[in-house]
Amino acid sequence: MHEHPSQALLDAVTILKHKKSFRGLQATIIGDIFHSRVARSACHLLTRFGVKLTLCGPPEFVPDVAATLAPGLRVTRHIEDALRGTDVIMLLRVQKERLAGQKIRLQDYIARYQMTAARLKLAKRDAIVMHPGPIIRGLELTAEVADGPQSVIVDEVHNGVPTRMAILARALGKAR
Amino acid sequence: MTAKGIPSLLIKGGQVIDPAAKINAPMDVLLRDGRVAEVALPSKIRGGVDEKFDARGLIVAPGFIDLHVHLREPGQNYKETIASGTTAAAAGGFTSVCTMPNTLPVVDTAEWVSWLRNPERGAVVNVFPIAAATRGSRGGTVTDFSALQRAGAVAVTDDGKPILDDDVMRMALLLGAELNFPVVQHAEDTRLTENCSMNAGPTSFRLGLRAMPAFAEAAIVDRDVTLAQQIRESRLHVAHLSTSDALKAVRRGKRARARVTCEVTPHHFTLIDENVGEYDTNFKMNPPLRSAADLEAILVALGDGTVDAIATDHAPHAAHEKEVEFERAAFGITGLETALALAITKLHREHRIPLVRIVELFTSGPARVFDLHGRGSLARGSFADVTIFDSKKRWTFDAAKSHSMSRNTPFDGWQFTGKVVATIVGGEIVHQEG
Repeated sequence: MHEHPSQALLDAVTILKHKKSFRGLQATIIGDIFHSRVARSACHLLTRFGVKLTLCGPPEFVPDVAATLAPGLRVTRHIEDALRGTDVIMLLRVQKERLAGQKIRLQDYIARYQMTAARLKLAKRDAIVMHPGPIIRGLELTAEVADGPQSVIVDEVHNGVPTRMAILARALGKAR
Repeated sequence: MTAKGIPSLLIKGGQVIDPAAKINAPMDVLLRDGRVAEVALPSKIRGGVDEKFDARGLIVAPGFIDLHVHLREPGQNYKETIASGTTAAAAGGFTSVCTMPNTLPVVDTAEWVSWLRNPERGAVVNVFPIAAATRGSRGGTVTDFSALQRAGAVAVTDDGKPILDDDVMRMALLLGAELNFPVVQHAEDTRLTENCSMNAGPTSFRLGLRAMPAFAEAAIVDRDVTLAQQIRESRLHVAHLSTSDALKAVRRGKRARARVTCEVTPHHFTLIDENVGEYDTNFKMNPPLRSAADLEAILVALGDGTVDAIATDHAPHAAHEKEVEFERAAFGITGLETALALAITKLHREHRIPLVRIVELFTSGPARVFDLHGRGSLARGSFADVTIFDSKKRWTFDAAKSHSMSRNTPFDGWQFTGKVVATIVGGEIVHQEG
C-alpha cells in the first residue's frame, strides 16, 4: 500500500542501462507522490545510492512533509526548477479518481506539470524520461514526449520481466 | 451502591494519598455503611471492625474515576458489556466510570440514562452516564438537558463526533450554564479529517495514509473556549486532548477564569504517531497519536496543573473490526487495566511527576470536572470508594488475560511498574489481586 520495491528495482535497472552509475546523478519525480507507492520506493532506493532526488508537484500531491521520506530529498512546486540539469525524469500516472475531494483541477495540473517537449529541453541533453505506466498521453505527458527519442518507457516495461524473475529466483533460493 | 449490612472494613498500615484533603501520610482508614467513617494515624482507630485489610507497603487512595469510557451498551455487546467493562475498570482500580453515549441507539433520552444505571446491567463499579448533547448525536437539535440531568446523567457530549455548528454549541453551553451541566466536546473539525486515519506528519506520508492535522483539533478547542468565555457560568470539558495548540487554548480559557477543563489519555502521554509502525491497528484511535512535540507539551501540562484528569477513552472493539486494513479498522483501544501502570511507569518514574499529582489526576481532578460529590476524596462521610495500589510492583501486561471482552491494546506484553492491589466500591472489595 505504501511501497513498490520491485518497481524501484526495475527502475534502477533501467537507469543503469542508460547511465554509467548512480553517483552524481540528478533525478526528478513529478506527479502525485502522495498516492504513489512507486515514488516512495524510488525515494528509498535511489537516495541510498547517492542520486540527488527532487520531487515536484502541487502541494496536494507533494506536501512539504514529502521531503522527510528519505535523506537529502528536495521538494519544489516549479517544474522548470525541477527539470533544470536533471539526468532522469520519472513521471507518475495522475488518477482522476484520486482527485476527488482535492482542490486541484486537471486543467491546472496539465498547464503546470505536464511534460512537454519544450520543458524537456530544460533537462540535460541526454536526460531520459521514465514512467511506471500505464501512461495517459495528454495528461502527465504529451504523446510527443512519450514516443520521443528520450523516452525509455517501453524499455522500462520490458525490464520488469527479468528483474522480477531475478527477485523470484532469489526468493526461492535459486540465485547464484 | 451504598447499603447497610456491608461489613465494616479497616484498611491498616498503608500510605494514604488523598490530594483533596492534602494528606500524604501513613494512616488507617475505616469504612462503615458504605461511607468513610474515619481516617486516622496508624493504630489510633479503636472499636470493633468486621474485617481488616493489611495495606502495609501500599498506597491507599480515593477510588479512581474515569471520565471517558465506552462500555458499548446498549447495542454493541459483542465488544463489551457494562458487566465486563466495569470488571475491567475494577481491575484497573477505577471505582467510577463515566460512559459515553455513542451506543446503538445513542443515549439521548432520560429513559436510556435510567436503563444504563439499572442494577440489572450488572455493573461492579459506579456508572455515571454521559448523555448525548444533540438528538441522535447528529449535531442538529440539543437534547432535553434538564430531563437527562434529573435521570442521572453527569454531562452531555456527542463524543465520537464533534458539535461543529457554532449556534448549536453556543446553545448547548447556554443550556448547560443554566443547569450547571458540563458540555464535553470531542474536538475535531471533521471537515478537515474526512477519511483520515492517523496524525498528519512524516509517518502518515511514509505510510501513504490520509491524515488529520493537529489544527483540526485546536481549531475546535479554540472556538469552544471562546464561547465558554462569553457565556457566563457555562462549563466546557475538552475530551481526550492531544495537541500542543489545543492546550494553549485551554490555558487561555483557564487564565480568563472560564470554566474550562480537560482530560488526557494514557496513550497520548505514552505513544506518538511513529509508533503506528507498519500499520498496526492497535495504534489507531481518534484523536490519533500525535507528534513528539505534542507529547512533550502534554507532559508539561500534566505536571503544571493544566490537565484536570487522566481518562482512558477505553474503546473496546472485536477482532474482526481491528484485524483489517488500517484505513478500514475501527478507531480506539482498550485502556482501563493499563492506565495506572502507564501513569506510574511513564509519568512518575520516567518524568518525575509526583505520585500525589498522579493520584489527583485519577481522583479529585475528575471528581471536580463532573461535580461527583462525595467522590474523589477520603474525607469523612465520603462514599467508601478506595483504590489500593503498589507503586513499586513490576509486572507484565498480558492482553489475553484482560477482563474486557476485547483485546485491542497496543500495550500487550509491556513491562510496567505499579499495580492495583484492591478496588473497593461502597465499602465492598470488588477486585483483589490473587
